[in-house]
Amino acid sequence: MYAVRRYAVRHARFFERLYNSFEPVMVFLDPIFRSMGYNRLERPVAAVERAVKGLLFDCQMCGQCVLSSTGMSCPMNCPKNLRNGPCGGVRQNGHCEVKPLMKCVWIDAWEGAARMKGGDKIQTVQPPVDRSLEGSSSWLRVAREMAEQKRATREAERHALAEAFSEARAEEPAAVPLAREPDAARPHREANESTTVIETAEAPQGKV
Amino acid sequence: MADLRPEDKLDPAGLTVPVPPGHRSNSRLERVLRSGRFAVTAELNPPDSANPEDVYEAARPLSEVADAINATDASGANCHMSSLGICSLLARVGYGSVFQISCRDRNRIAIQGDVLGAAVIGVSNILCLTGDGVGVGDQPGAKPVFDFDAISLLRTLRTMRDDGMFLSGRKITSPPKIFLGAAENPCIPPFETRADRLAKKVEAGAEFIQTNYIYDVDLFKRFMDRVRDMGLHERVFILAGVGPLASARAAKWMRTNVPGIHVPDAIIERLEGAEKQGLEGKKICIELIQKIREIAGVSGVHVMAYRREELVSEIISESGVLEGRHASDRRRRRAARATSG
Repeated sequence: MYAVRRYAVRHARFFERLYNSFEPVMVFLDPIFRSMGYNRLERPVAAVERAVKGLLFDCQMCGQCVLSSTGMSCPMNCPKNLRNGPCGGVRQNGHCEVKPLMKCVWIDAWEGAARMKGGDKIQTVQPPVDRSLEGSSSWLRVAREMAEQKRATREAERHALAEAFSEARAEEPAAVPLAREPDAARPHREANESTTVIETAEAPQGKV
Repeated sequence: MADLRPEDKLDPAGLTVPVPPGHRSNSRLERVLRSGRFAVTAELNPPDSANPEDVYEAARPLSEVADAINATDASGANCHMSSLGICSLLARVGYGSVFQISCRDRNRIAIQGDVLGAAVIGVSNILCLTGDGVGVGDQPGAKPVFDFDAISLLRTLRTMRDDGMFLSGRKITSPPKIFLGAAENPCIPPFETRADRLAKKVEAGAEFIQTNYIYDVDLFKRFMDRVRDMGLHERVFILAGVGPLASARAAKWMRTNVPGIHVPDAIIERLEGAEKQGLEGKKICIELIQKIREIAGVSGVHVMAYRREELVSEIISESGVLEGRHASDRRRRRAARATSG
């Protein structure tokens, strides 16, 4: 709804704070999501996401949400789907070239960004939307990607180690492992990272 | 065929000519800009025909005064001969062109392929545009594509050129040597963030900018102040867009019907007060060029007038921006000296 969407932009700071506390929770839950299967979660989570963000931001479910970088003004509501800023056709009254009754989504975006702490992110160059992801949950994607980033950092450490100890790597590869480890191979490390995993990891042990 | 020596191979587009150091391409426009001269580009409006002579007729007057000729890509969402087709005709006779790509009509597969196609033809300047909405054009029922926006398109083309790969990561064995441009519209809202958007375009890969029509010099000056504050004029060449207004009526029509054009009332009043409005429009345009040239950080002008290429050519010559660097100028002066001496 147009009025609610404009309200969200006016309260961009609040929604930023809300999201910033919501995101770590999703990342934290990644191990659980993985054990439940992202595939199984996709449809129900996407439905909730569609309802919530549809109401607040007129979300179009592009699946690659960038609201935090666009002042809480959804760029998919721009008739040209511009992801990086306004076009050259904005009317003198600040309204849209294509939809004269609508205020330019990107003028709103810049205003919203000015209210946000991380408003500078609006200067980040965004890639084109991957249309094959339309309709999928952005929340789950964030959880997956952020968790993956953490894992990648860990992988990078292992690569550095392998390079620094290249002789050991050649002679005793298990001492300097590089191949991707299955999650079960390092229960302690996962346990250190999230207490919820301890519960899930200990439960089957208790049964044994 | 197999035993061709390298020097025997045909190279009509000069693709094996090495790019000068510090340059991205063999573009004449890039050379003029990097050498610090005031650059001139002009717009060619594509014909609604399949006759090459129609293109050459429009291009001839522009070729005498412009470092590169922009071939528009269905501007205003009106269907005309394609920009790529025109660029190929211009390349055949050695005119420098600017291949305009609008994101409105083609998706990422088509555009990336077109860029390679353009490069082999000999195109070395590409202007990345978002494009007007289909609603304002002659076929409003068309499907708007907008797979890219101007900024993601810039980054994609830069990736193709500098990293030698498509967006898919697939390798391009011989990357295109292209000089990348984008548009900016300093005279329409949001005024405060237009320079920020320019910064984003530079960040994405823009090396030159051609602006939309500027009729409000004060507004443009304010924009350039901000550009200089941000140091952007040192990272990108800015060519200010100008054009003659045919009459007060035409100006009013443009203001209300063409997206992104701002004509201040003062200019319309001046046109209304003139005896010959067309001539006054030309005078205003020449004055605009001269005023804009004085603004620090401006590297050139981009002159546009819908299907009035002769007039554009006259305006550029009479504005004096080519003074001293045009061979024909020097010849004319020498001839004048010879007759007077």
